[in-house]
Amino acid sequence: MMFKIPRFLTKKSVLVIILFVVVITILYAMQSADLKVSSLIMISLDAMIPLGLVAIGEVVNERAGTTNVGLEGIMLLSSFAAVLGAEIMGNWAMGIIAGIVTGASIGLIHGFISIYAKGDQIISGMGINLFAAGFVAYGIWTIWTPGAHMLSTGLGMPRISTPWGGLSWFIPITIVLALVIHFIFYKTRWGVWLRAAGESPGAVDASGINVFRLRLLACIFGAILAALAGAFMSLDWVHMTTNSLPAGRGFIALACVVFSGLRPISALGAAIIFGFFGGLSTWMMAVPQVVAVIPPGVDNFVKMIPYIVTIIAVAVVVSRRRFPKSVGRPYRREEI
Amino acid sequence: MSSLGERFSVLAKPVTRSLFAIIIGLVIGALFLVIRGYDPLAGFYHLFKGAFFTEIGLASTLGYATTLLLVGITFGLGMRAGLFNIGAEGQLMIGAMAAVFASTFSLPPGLNLLVGIIFSMLAGALWALPVAILKVKKGVHEVVSTIMLNWIAFYLCLYLVLGPLSSPGISSTSIRIPSSSRFPLLFGTLSSAIFIAILFAIIVYFIMWHTRLGCKIRAVGFDQESARYMGINPGRAMMIGFILGGLAAGLAGGALIMGVPPNYAVATNLTNIIGYGFAGIAVALIGRNHPLGMIFSAIFFGGLWSGKRNMQIFTGVPVEIVDIVIGIIVICAALPELLDIIKKRIKRGTG
Repeated sequence: MMFKIPRFLTKKSVLVIILFVVVITILYAMQSADLKVSSLIMISLDAMIPLGLVAIGEVVNERAGTTNVGLEGIMLLSSFAAVLGAEIMGNWAMGIIAGIVTGASIGLIHGFISIYAKGDQIISGMGINLFAAGFVAYGIWTIWTPGAHMLSTGLGMPRISTPWGGLSWFIPITIVLALVIHFIFYKTRWGVWLRAAGESPGAVDASGINVFRLRLLACIFGAILAALAGAFMSLDWVHMTTNSLPAGRGFIALACVVFSGLRPISALGAAIIFGFFGGLSTWMMAVPQVVAVIPPGVDNFVKMIPYIVTIIAVAVVVSRRRFPKSVGRPYRREEI
Repeated sequence: MSSLGERFSVLAKPVTRSLFAIIIGLVIGALFLVIRGYDPLAGFYHLFKGAFFTEIGLASTLGYATTLLLVGITFGLGMRAGLFNIGAEGQLMIGAMAAVFASTFSLPPGLNLLVGIIFSMLAGALWALPVAILKVKKGVHEVVSTIMLNWIAFYLCLYLVLGPLSSPGISSTSIRIPSSSRFPLLFGTLSSAIFIAILFAIIVYFIMWHTRLGCKIRAVGFDQESARYMGINPGRAMMIGFILGGLAAGLAGGALIMGVPPNYAVATNLTNIIGYGFAGIAVALIGRNHPLGMIFSAIFFGGLWSGKRNMQIFTGVPVEIVDIVIGIIVICAALPELLDIIKKRIKRGTG
């Protein structure tokens, strides 16, 4: 490299500076325009949940040595299954269970393909995404009407009431999950096995633990969290099901995983940051003072924000991260 | 020299594997039809009849195949270089927009078409460039960066189609391509763009299997570390893989807008330029990531795309069943040894 980067510009500090500038600009703009800061925060918290859940699940999955790029498809399938389950049983809790069952079964299929049959994990994941897009559109078409289906009123999940509006129960669940996974990772025997399965599956196998089963369980766990994220989106957040509901969130969550360096609490942090920009984009389109300023058509640039931020953030941070040695590689026992 | 028989047996294995994946896809698709009370045989009969056994249908099948072949090359070439390039979707959109933009130059007829082709290819490559740089310089996995760029391309095109490139008269499309920059039609709705696509496939085949550059790219895809020890620069090979792929996807977008009647324009909700990129994954996998194999698989998937309307009209089966079938085919293609595993199980069971 010809030029030298100044010392104080470490990647972390650059990010902090960027964030600081953005937050100050926003607060300044809000103060001068009499806008509700609280609604931005509430939207951002909602936008954080799906990213956080999917990212934490994928952290567990990748630590154990399997990747899953089909999380977007799992979110989509479970968001559909959740609405279907809730409407059939007349109860949101059954909807969530339907979503979890769907996610777990897709996780089982993906786990079987990538762990036991030693297939290509990325192709399998993309196949799940393609299948999900077709399946959900087909299901909505044949069960309700083509296009989108609104959840029947009264079937949405209850929320924690706060002075600024309803807060989802999934927020405490996501935070607790991150802490619990952190504890399991670094304080229990299971965590050691799990992390070792991604680094050196042969060693784990030699110590008498079934690597295949461990990886399969991690894969199903990751899929269940993605399914929870999908169920959250359709039952608690937007109250509808379409075949484009996740809109790339499954992949933004993969970026969170990269960003976190496979640490559950960092993954939650990344989800909060990326969720903020997702929320910012949604919020800007909903505030009349902002909409009035934006010329028609330019709103599309506002909608790009989360994707642009993701690509930049990953580009800045990724080269620092170290990943488990055997991630993405199926484990084969040495043939005797 | 290998004899004809040997050559045939080398070909037979991948062909049976691809056919196996297609059959599983169709069978599971049929299952979903039965669950919702449709008749799968009638559905698939009208699907394939509409796709291959009517003149209009065949023209539209080959028209879809043109685009699908090019986006298939994007993905398949990436796979050969060890990349998972799923950016064809966004690169195709940008290529289509570039073709619309280039058509406004009002140059003489033949030249205008040529400029349109060049613009769309360069635009596709330009959209692939950030992915390549991020991968080579920063190690960003291409799955994340391509999906993000696909979404950015989607919103950018929405802006362009409503703003700078909107049609003054019609509110539902962009500027229409003037007749000076359209591909000449062969029969029905099929344009001569299909020759360009096949020519592109042959050129890619030649580069990949008959030049030193292609050999290097394939070596990197086969085993990056070994290639590095052989003195090959993997970064450079991957860059070329992404950029060739971008050229193909951009050309796909250009061919789609300049070669498909009656629109010759991008719809304002972009419905006529989305979905191709991901179908290209299936085209490449069933064509075994080989440009010449992809010609056949593109015609097959083009048939699925073109026959689905016919199926819906005659049997009421929603067109989305085709996406389910494509998804299942891709999942099956993730298991190259699926057929062998089943064979082994059967042998163990009987013996």
